[in-house]
Amino acid sequence: MALVSLNDIAKDKVVAVQEYSLLAGQSLSNLFSQPRYYADTLLQADLIGVGSLPIVVLIGLFTGAVLALQTSSTLQQFGSLSLTGQLVALSMVRELGPVLTGILVSGRNSSGMASELGSMKVTEQIDAMRAMGVDPTKKLVTPRVVATVIMLFFLSIISDLVGLLGGFLISFFLLGLNANQYWTSAYQALRFGDVFMGLSKPVVFGFIIASVGCYYGMTAKGGTQGVGRATTQAVVSASVLIVVTDFFITKLLMAFFHY
Amino acid sequence: MGVPPATAEQQVPSAETSPEKILRFEDVSIGFERPVLEGISFGLTRGETKILLGEAGTGKTLILKLALGLIKPDSGRITVLGEPISEMREQEMYGLRRQIGMVFQESALFDSLTVEENVAYRLIEETGKITDEIHARVIEVLEFVELAQTYNLFPAELSGGMRRRVAIARAIITQPEILLYDSPTGGLDPVTSNTIIELVVKQRDVYRTGSLLVTHRLQDAFTMASHYFDRNKNKMVPLEDGSTRNVHTTFLILRDHKVIFEGTAPELLRCHDPYIREYLS
Repeated sequence: MALVSLNDIAKDKVVAVQEYSLLAGQSLSNLFSQPRYYADTLLQADLIGVGSLPIVVLIGLFTGAVLALQTSSTLQQFGSLSLTGQLVALSMVRELGPVLTGILVSGRNSSGMASELGSMKVTEQIDAMRAMGVDPTKKLVTPRVVATVIMLFFLSIISDLVGLLGGFLISFFLLGLNANQYWTSAYQALRFGDVFMGLSKPVVFGFIIASVGCYYGMTAKGGTQGVGRATTQAVVSASVLIVVTDFFITKLLMAFFHY
Repeated sequence: MGVPPATAEQQVPSAETSPEKILRFEDVSIGFERPVLEGISFGLTRGETKILLGEAGTGKTLILKLALGLIKPDSGRITVLGEPISEMREQEMYGLRRQIGMVFQESALFDSLTVEENVAYRLIEETGKITDEIHARVIEVLEFVELAQTYNLFPAELSGGMRRRVAIARAIITQPEILLYDSPTGGLDPVTSNTIIELVVKQRDVYRTGSLLVTHRLQDAFTMASHYFDRNKNKMVPLEDGSTRNVHTTFLILRDHKVIFEGTAPELLRCHDPYIREYLS
């Protein structure tokens, strides 16, 4: 394998960041110009939203359940078992709901986008689209970005709800908590800042998932091997970016809402 | 292979002197870590077919992509239908590209769309759906390439030659001003290749569309230069000896990043350049 200088590696990274930024920016600016591909957006919303619903529900339910189970012993030591609802609600709504849903959808859809667009790239279908006067960023990228942002928002809400339900099932059937106690504690714990944090994250994560998936797809090269590489890189990059961005959004909003 | 006799009537006017240029390259250079094309200059007149020849890797496909604005040159100027595309932004070129048809080397059909959706792609972009009018137009161009019965099939269900013909149908459905063919017969058997060349000749002689054609098959190139499409017989026929019919076909040969020959088939055959003699032999 040929040795590559650090200088070249750094240049490649800077170019990659520049290309990604341009694509991400263009996917948003396309919203303000014709043509708009509503049918493609709906199709993607169905693939991303409805398609991801079963796993999001399943993961959300068991995350809430295991959260209640794991924290119950600690809470019991301080005689605060009644706060289980509060703990599950805050953890799910502020953090676990959006992040876990984001990572799940990233694994499922970021890879799908990278492989689909990557296959189109290496078989010259993207060039054919450009050759026919159709802007691939408008036709392929923007519908995926819009659909992912909207659907991840709702998927996160569903994940939060089923997570709370999972926590309730454990609290009610295993820990013997009163239903009213659990739900009241969960409801009263949530402030505007918590809900805002929980609902703003999926918007950012959705944008990251779709834009990263599309970027790796649109820049894939090297035949089927290149498509495979793009798919892997898309999932890894999107997942890492979600976790890193989550930290900064949390820090920013905690400062904003004076936590 | 039959070549038309070199009569003055058959000479296509040189691209440099022709008044109506639909495509013009002026001192175009491009490289990817090493130079690929250097100082390329030529023109394409309306109704003319220019055949690009050269060894693999000499930048023939690159010239088509440059003509379509898919790649920007490092230097020089490219003008398409009067528009300086080398100075235009990607967004500005989409409108212009609708007047150019491109047949890709591997067809580049959209594999998740049917033949009809592929062929009608540009028209669907304008209307949003396949109307009765669009369907009729699709059938018409599919009949032109003799594949009308395949409109509801997917590309994967077609043979290589059929895919290439569908790609031609997709390129010509909007009756573009310029057609770019990238090795339309590459990898096909001689019979299918001849069918494709007949379609290219038919498009040249029936619609008088200016085109650039990349090929590795000299036989195809000379077939184009020595045949015309007879509308009465509805097939490609060879030029008779002594015919003064102008087939509007010229050759451009690339070597070592540069154009080493530009002219008609008789001029090419008369050329004494040792490399060209060896290339033709």
